[in-house]
Amino acid sequence: MMSTFLPRALRLGLFALSTTLLLPACSLDSKPADTERLPFLGEREVKPHADGSPADTVYATIPDFRLTDQDRQVITNQTFAGKVYVTDFFFATCPSICPKMQSELLRVYTKFKDDPRVLFLSHTIDPAHDSIPVLRDYAQRLGIQDASRWHFATASHDSIFSLARAYMTAAQVDKGVPGGFAHSGAFALIDPQRRIRGVYDGMNPLEVQRLLDDLPVLLKEVEADQKAAK
Amino acid sequence: MSWGRRLGVLAGAGLAVGLGASGCFTERQNESAKIYATHCANCHGTQGEGLQRLIPPLAGSDYLVKNRLALACLIRKGVQGPLTVNGVEFNQVMPPADSHLTDSQITNLLNFIQTSWGNQGEVFTIREVSEQLQGCGASDGE
Repeated sequence: MMSTFLPRALRLGLFALSTTLLLPACSLDSKPADTERLPFLGEREVKPHADGSPADTVYATIPDFRLTDQDRQVITNQTFAGKVYVTDFFFATCPSICPKMQSELLRVYTKFKDDPRVLFLSHTIDPAHDSIPVLRDYAQRLGIQDASRWHFATASHDSIFSLARAYMTAAQVDKGVPGGFAHSGAFALIDPQRRIRGVYDGMNPLEVQRLLDDLPVLLKEVEADQKAAK
Repeated sequence: MSWGRRLGVLAGAGLAVGLGASGCFTERQNESAKIYATHCANCHGTQGEGLQRLIPPLAGSDYLVKNRLALACLIRKGVQGPLTVNGVEFNQVMPPADSHLTDSQITNLLNFIQTSWGNQGEVFTIREVSEQLQGCGASDGE
């Protein structure tokens, strides 16, 4: 019974999703007062770590975290209060996908580096090697001088990997791949209420373009919400 | 010109014609682009541009000229420690190719790099590459 119900629900959901996505896009020019909204991503999404249980309408939020960045500053959820941020997981000696994904994230950063509403957060998934001096060197070599705009952060191995799951950016130890870690190269876009509003394949320039398109939409929504709250 | 030399030139010309006629040369070009895309492009960039001060560029790189004799071993064995490219110091680990590349594949790859993105480096023969690899104990003779 469930097996026939679920696909139908999924189809309806997809139809609803496409309708909400398409309609505002069509009317964007004619009705600028309307706020286009990005979807909420979370447990309902079919992701490798999902157990296949029925959809949940409670939106997933990023749990409390406490990290240290390349300037030895403590980074918590409060660091991003009222902000939108883009996050990913990497490691400094990564020989496979990291340079490509960090160069794509650098592209996004360059577009928003003067916008105080947007912050960036890269977590190392190799805290044993990526000490704070290593992270600092990496950030500076990438051209990031201001740690308060783009944090390169570390924490205990377990904290990092459970955060990676929370951000829906799969990362795990895998001795079988070059560098010893398997990770997806995904970027997550987080709103001021700690909700995931987009996940993008950082290896795919078209996906990164989608992130570039989504950021102003989310910023507009945040602005509208903040106005309404006043 | 000695007879032997002349014979060599003739044989070389014959080889070139043979390669051209079979279309082999073109396929090799594609193969080298694929090898680059698979093994190199994620770090060095699709246009050999590198990444800031993290990953050195291959396009317009003086390192390729200055270290020509060490390039085959660098690809097969990787490299670590600081190195300077176009006056900029880099210090990342470059791993060995993540699956085995034969001597001839390394030759194709080097020639792709030497002739792409405006590079006009001197191309390599398989023999030259095998000799370089023998020098670091890493030739497979293929």
